[in-house]
Amino acid sequence: MELRSNEFKARAAANLGDAKLQKGLGLIKVKAVVNRANAVAEFGDFEALREAGKEIRNRALADLDLYLERFEREATARGAVVHWAENASDACRIIVDIARENGVKKVAKSKSMVSEEVGLNEALIEAGIEPVETDLGEYILQINDAEPPSHIVMPVIHKTVEDVADLFHEKHGTPRKTDPAALTREAREILRPQFLSAEMGISGANFIVAETGSTLIVTNEGNGRLCTTLPRLHVAITGIEKVVPTLEDASVLLRLLPRSATGQAITNYVSLHTGPKRLEESDGPQQFHIVLVDNGRSKLLAGEMREMLRCIRCGACMNHCPVYQAVGGHAYGWVYPGPMGNILTPSYVGLENAVALPNAATMCNQCGVVCPVKIPLPDLMRTLREEQMARGLKPWAERMGLALWGWAAQQPALYALGTRIAARVMKWMGGSEKLIHRLPFVSGWTDGRDFPAPAGKTFRELYQRSKR
Amino acid sequence: MSSRDAILGRVRSALARKVSLGDTAAIDAHIAAHPVGLQPQRDWEPEARFRARAEALTSTVEKLGSLQAVPAAVARYLVAHGLPTGGVCWPSLRRLDWIGAGLGMEDRPARGDDLVGVTGCFCAIAETGTLMLLSGADTPAAASLLPETHIAIVETQRIVPFMEDAWALLREEKGSLPRAVNFVSGPSRTADIEQTVTLGAHGPYRVHIILVG
Repeated sequence: MELRSNEFKARAAANLGDAKLQKGLGLIKVKAVVNRANAVAEFGDFEALREAGKEIRNRALADLDLYLERFEREATARGAVVHWAENASDACRIIVDIARENGVKKVAKSKSMVSEEVGLNEALIEAGIEPVETDLGEYILQINDAEPPSHIVMPVIHKTVEDVADLFHEKHGTPRKTDPAALTREAREILRPQFLSAEMGISGANFIVAETGSTLIVTNEGNGRLCTTLPRLHVAITGIEKVVPTLEDASVLLRLLPRSATGQAITNYVSLHTGPKRLEESDGPQQFHIVLVDNGRSKLLAGEMREMLRCIRCGACMNHCPVYQAVGGHAYGWVYPGPMGNILTPSYVGLENAVALPNAATMCNQCGVVCPVKIPLPDLMRTLREEQMARGLKPWAERMGLALWGWAAQQPALYALGTRIAARVMKWMGGSEKLIHRLPFVSGWTDGRDFPAPAGKTFRELYQRSKR
Repeated sequence: MSSRDAILGRVRSALARKVSLGDTAAIDAHIAAHPVGLQPQRDWEPEARFRARAEALTSTVEKLGSLQAVPAAVARYLVAHGLPTGGVCWPSLRRLDWIGAGLGMEDRPARGDDLVGVTGCFCAIAETGTLMLLSGADTPAAASLLPETHIAIVETQRIVPFMEDAWALLREEKGSLPRAVNFVSGPSRTADIEQTVTLGAHGPYRVHIILVG
């Protein structure tokens, strides 16, 4: 996927004025956020569940090499073929080779963020193989000139039903319809023959289970099941961090993932795949390939961003992020938007290629509070900000400003004097309205809103007086 | 060096392993013990909970006294909903008297244009109102997936409280995992367009559960 993270500010600004996008984002607050809150309340002790989820993910990461080897051994023993991809081009090459060796012309794909990360569709098309996205949201994006998703769970959250109505009418040549159920039916009827004719199905994996060598996917639409049942080849592509030790461990994470993502106690389908079709079976793929992708993950394991590898890709952090809710997913310029993307994008593509992202946060910690595996997202963003300062990746004026402030803050007398003057000047600037319409150096802030004027005394002055 | 060795090498150095081959005793012990993790509090009786949760997921549920009564119940359901009276069933259900109930149920692999699929299940999970289906020669996966209507037969004695109980049952009765384990919780759905929940995305539009026991 094309990287555009350094355009964050410009794209965010444009998105603020996009009425359709704002409508879709508004729905997150009244639907996804409310649904999650209800599901969490219904569960009971969700905090204990989050802690349990964190421990399971930490256990897997602490012995990641051993669990991966165990997974490989179990999967291989059941007839699956395990491939290892160091980076995006490796992953694409492996899958294109499997497709070519088996004369594959068409691939039915269920949703996989790792496949977006490595640019799999582009590689397949280049090799003359047709990938068909079958998740409704991903299908809508694919027929709209391969538009990127704007959310990891709800990829077309930025589109209205009217947009989809126009698109289907134009691309399918069918009468225009605006009922979501009718549009869904239309996509079903167009995609069903694709499932039946595709030679290869590609899925992701929400988890891989070391105990049994199984890949696990959660889906609601059933397209994931179709992709993994009907074509004669199944390729599952996923990150090396997705391993969990046992089926019981997966069960605990399955209580966290759908509740955090969509507010469901369980998704409509949870499917585990262990090896290819058995001799006596009438359905299932004859070959089952599993592609384990590193693409920067082992590097994260070694560094300060290690906790990010616990992520189970639920999207709760973006649903609850005031920045994501305002600017939408495309502004982030890569596969993973929202707070998770603020960490993952700079970690995977380089801090210099995503300078704005660790700063695209208010540090309100909503993401940290809702994260099902307790990733301290604001702490990780702060660490990346520090690294940006240390590496000189921030604009000169910002670095000088912070250096000046840092120096002043270490001179108590000077600092007290400065704040006393500022408080008085700003009170005067506020006038009788007690609002400042324009402030030097921060016009980006005051262009859009007024700054409430301070009362004229600093906290320390008021505190001294109350002590007397 | 192969990609595999390079990746595992980086993981090992990130974990500061002293030796190239790690000691697997601890992970082997955890996997062998596969301890049950955190479950929600259980203040319910499995059958009632299963029924309530399945209905909340927009499945319909009825209960019969015996397996022999199933074909007539399936016929009643299909006629009442104006659905076709033929389709596919699991080979494991071929001995039921479908013809006697006026139904044309064929025990063959499901096709893309089949409208009704009748299956059993390995067991059912009360916590979430979920069916657990195992793939196999007599229990093909597509029968619960391709048709627009999925009718599932659940013996009440096979309703277990939690998913972990289902794993225990699977280990006890089958030893290892089949090719596919599918947990099914109601009709397929999507909320991709404006977060409006729509039933019948790529899988069944309706799931009817017949409890027997």
